Amino acid sequence: MDKSFQLHRSPAVANLERRLFLRRGLSLGALAMLAGCDITDQEGVQRVLMAMSRWNDEAQQWLFNPNRLAPEFPESRITKPFPFNAFYTEDEVVEVDGDSYKLELAGMIREKKPWTLTDLNALPQVAQVTRHICVEGWSAIGKWSGVRFSDFLARIGADTSAKYVGFQCADDYYGSIDMATALHPQTLIALNYADQTLPPKYGYPLKIRIPTKLGFKNPKHVAAIFVTNEYPGGYWEDKGYNWFSGS
Amino acid sequence: MSSTLIHPLVVRIAHWINVLAVLIMITSGWAIYNASPLFKFDFPYAVTLGGWLAGALQWHFAGMWLFAINGLVYVAYGIASGHFRRKLLPISPRAVLHDVGEALRGKLAHADLSVYNAAQRGAYLALILLLILMIATGLVIWKPVQFYWLGQFIGDYEGARLLHFFTMAAIAFIVFVHVLMVVLVPRTFPTMFTGRIKHG
Repeated sequence: MDKSFQLHRSPAVANLERRLFLRRGLSLGALAMLAGCDITDQEGVQRVLMAMSRWNDEAQQWLFNPNRLAPEFPESRITKPFPFNAFYTEDEVVEVDGDSYKLELAGMIREKKPWTLTDLNALPQVAQVTRHICVEGWSAIGKWSGVRFSDFLARIGADTSAKYVGFQCADDYYGSIDMATALHPQTLIALNYADQTLPPKYGYPLKIRIPTKLGFKNPKHVAAIFVTNEYPGGYWEDKGYNWFSGS
Repeated sequence: MSSTLIHPLVVRIAHWINVLAVLIMITSGWAIYNASPLFKFDFPYAVTLGGWLAGALQWHFAGMWLFAINGLVYVAYGIASGHFRRKLLPISPRAVLHDVGEALRGKLAHADLSVYNAAQRGAYLALILLLILMIATGLVIWKPVQFYWLGQFIGDYEGARLLHFFTMAAIAFIVFVHVLMVVLVPRTFPTMFTGRIKHG
């Protein structure tokens, strides 16, 4: 771990460091257990299914065409109201203070200076009307605008040869994506929904909008972004959802 | 006592792997359906596979490889060996309707197990085409961006979801009738293991 990472340690970054450490511990512990114990059929089936899920990550990375764009729609097709969805109910949505908010950066990034909302809004903005597809099966069309994520990664000097980009959120959600998807031209730091400042229920102050991935891979209330070669997992992925989950 | 081979080994192996694969795909598919039902009903938990959505998706996306690879081997064999041509052709809509009518009146001829009547030819051919449609609609649901071109033939993502469901229903119906016929003509059952019918 380089020195600047230590210097820029924020609560959000400390949180994700702790989780990466725990994950290493858990996997070592799990290996020790496997060596010493009989594996029940149930565990055997689970291991095969998890191995297939990792294989499906590989297959999807192979299928992913970095130049193929997700379909865009006319504004008349936007779903109204756009559904709220999270691992909690709408009255539990986290309220982030935009004036004191700073987007923290960590890991394999050259310029780790935190970003205020004013800084982010001053960058060139793009808009998209795309379809959000939930892992549950339903879909809805919405309009997001903000900073193209690949532009942002270039500006902060992210090492784009790294494997993963991870996110830590103000609502204790966390997630990660592959670098190829992070660099896709439609992957955005969304600051607005339907031309208005992103409302709390859609992820104020910022959401990572990725129309080439399922909805749960689009984190809201993002507080820290980190670039790493170490698999960071995610809130739902650690419970069993497929990690790549690309469209 | 002599015997005749009516089901080649490749067909028998592919049949039983397909039984397992389709069972996995349909029961895990029902659990996935339940997460966001298309219609005003859901499937009883007891007949679903996977426990919850993540488990069901893991089964579905593991089972799809078994289903697709097995299906590919079967179809390649069926075409290359002439098995399809010998067993499923010729076929005409008139003959299929006639034999389905006979079957409904309980007068279906299946005395020679080595030859399929038109109702069987129609059902097996329809099943093969429906299973291929299942893969096509499944690909569009799984990868609506990467397989966008394919989605344009079947109503994009939401159209593919509906078609995936109705194709499942048609497959489930044919499987139900198929099993019913085996119960009614039980001497067909062992041939799917031995591949042979005995004479004399």
